Amino acid sequence: MRFSGLRVLKEGLTGNKGWGPHWRDPEPKAEYDAIVIGGGGHGLSTAYYLARNHGLTNVAVLEKGYLGGGNVGRNTTIVRANYFLPGNSEFYSHSLKLWEGLEEDLNYNVMHSQRGLINLFHSDGQRDAFARRGNAMINQGDDAILLDREGVRRYLPYLDFDNARFPIYGGLYHPRGGTARHDAVAWGYARGADRRGVDLIQNCEVTGIDIENGKVTGVQTTRGSIRARKVGIVVAGRSGQVAAMAGMRLPIESHVLQAFVTEGLKPVIDHVVSFGMGHFYISQSDKGGLVFGGDLDFYASYAQRGNLPMAEHVMEAGMTLMPMLGKAKVLRSWGGIMDMTPDGSPIIDRTGVEGLYLDCGWCYGGFKAVPASGWCMAHLMATDSPHEVAAGFRLDRFRSGIGLMDEEGTGAQHNLH
Amino acid sequence: MRITCPICGERDRREFYYVGDAVLLERPDPEAGEAAWDDYLHNRDNPAGDTRDLWSHEGGCGAWVVVTRNTVTHEVLATELASDVAADLREARP
Ligand SMILES: Cc1cc2nc3c(=O)[nH]c(=O)nc-3n(C[C@H](O)[C@H](O)[C@H](O)COP(=O)(O)OP(=O)(O)OC[C@H]3O[C@@H](n4cnc5c(N)ncnc54)[C@H](O)[C@@H]3O)c2cc1C
Ligand SMILES: [Zn+2]
Repeated sequence: MRFSGLRVLKEGLTGNKGWGPHWRDPEPKAEYDAIVIGGGGHGLSTAYYLARNHGLTNVAVLEKGYLGGGNVGRNTTIVRANYFLPGNSEFYSHSLKLWEGLEEDLNYNVMHSQRGLINLFHSDGQRDAFARRGNAMINQGDDAILLDREGVRRYLPYLDFDNARFPIYGGLYHPRGGTARHDAVAWGYARGADRRGVDLIQNCEVTGIDIENGKVTGVQTTRGSIRARKVGIVVAGRSGQVAAMAGMRLPIESHVLQAFVTEGLKPVIDHVVSFGMGHFYISQSDKGGLVFGGDLDFYASYAQRGNLPMAEHVMEAGMTLMPMLGKAKVLRSWGGIMDMTPDGSPIIDRTGVEGLYLDCGWCYGGFKAVPASGWCMAHLMATDSPHEVAAGFRLDRFRSGIGLMDEEGTGAQHNLH
Repeated sequence: MRITCPICGERDRREFYYVGDAVLLERPDPEAGEAAWDDYLHNRDNPAGDTRDLWSHEGGCGAWVVVTRNTVTHEVLATELASDVAADLREARP
């Protein structure tokens, strides 16, 4: 089934009776060439690119719940390429280019909307830091425009520019930044992988990893044992637990991150606005809800819900930045489990076990990474060597101290990112 | 979430600063080698369930507190002064 404007029109006129399921619901086979553990954004894109780029189609994705039920369906959907450090810059730049061709490639509407991202600054020192970041983005081939106060006012007239603590001095504008429909990204990759022959196995929790003589031979699951010579661990917040099945301890602490959405409103916020000093960011979904969030709750958690102090903090920061927010009613809040690394950057690497690969440490920024992470993880699993744009995401950088990628410059320490 | 400081009593979580896994009290010998230091600084058990972590009562008495907590329910199960825990660890060391 291919989607097209004509097809939508035809189905609309004939009662929408012709649509079928987007993917099969197969029984697990006894053996695959490769297994991807985790049916989130990264696991699904890994499976898709294994098939699309490397011709590996005898592949299974094993998901303990339902596809897209994890963070990929819980995030605030910001897609951007505004990183500063070599290692991160080229990776997120590659990812944004993949986003720009994604809907055509998948034949799926992921509602990728390049509405522009504006990061606000509030002091001369911060302006310098953002100018430097903007230059790094331009050097990488991406787009960045430094806006002064009046420049920001043209786009975001509703902000409180004269807040006593954080007066707005300007902003770094990244026109190609924006948002996408998170569920649709998971569904689009799932459908694309399925159509190329990948088995998507839901309600299938991996409970053990089989290793013989230092090589991976398969996995134990709640739906029986499955053999494979290549296994990728792509389970985001659960990375530590799945890696423990292979006897590994990871440089990861799982933390909860919350998000909030208001009732649907008429269009009011056209961009993604980020207020770093208040740990607050906001955009408006196509349904009209104002989608916003803040920082981690900042303690290890697997709860998928946060506590009230951070909720209060986020509301206060929002009111500080845009007092009009006080008129909107919050509809829902939720949380997701973030796989935090000490330096805040991810890991795509081999492990000490032959055939066992790791894709994790996405912290609170892994949605935008979904295309490039799958692309690079598939490359790693298929060729056993890292892809050039993910060459910096080494697991041993923490032990050696060489190649740490600490964007915030606060130190490679667990409670600082 | 409310945390009972052994000195000040039960207080709002906002009075405390989270530092991380209580493994931080078990600092290895300077010569213990790369692997020991990597484990101490970076690698974590990261359990879904009961865990012990280190908080500082920075908005109160300033004490370091070891909190036994459930990471799934957020229930706080026990708190001890980190200085007591560290003294016990020193005693247990051969
Ligand atoms: C509130 C919030 C806001 C965010 N905002 C943004 C944002 O604006 N921009 C951005 O770029 N990123 C954002 N993120 C981060 C982003 O969502 C994550 O980094 C990313 O989704 C993680 O990768 P994933 O999609 O593969 O994870 P998930 O969707 O969590 O996938 C992991 C899957 O593994 C499965 N699994 C776990 N254990 C097992 C097992 N033993 N066996 C089988 N399956 C298993 C899980 O069920 C899950 O489906 C946000 C996250 C949250 C929570
Ligand atoms: Zn106290």
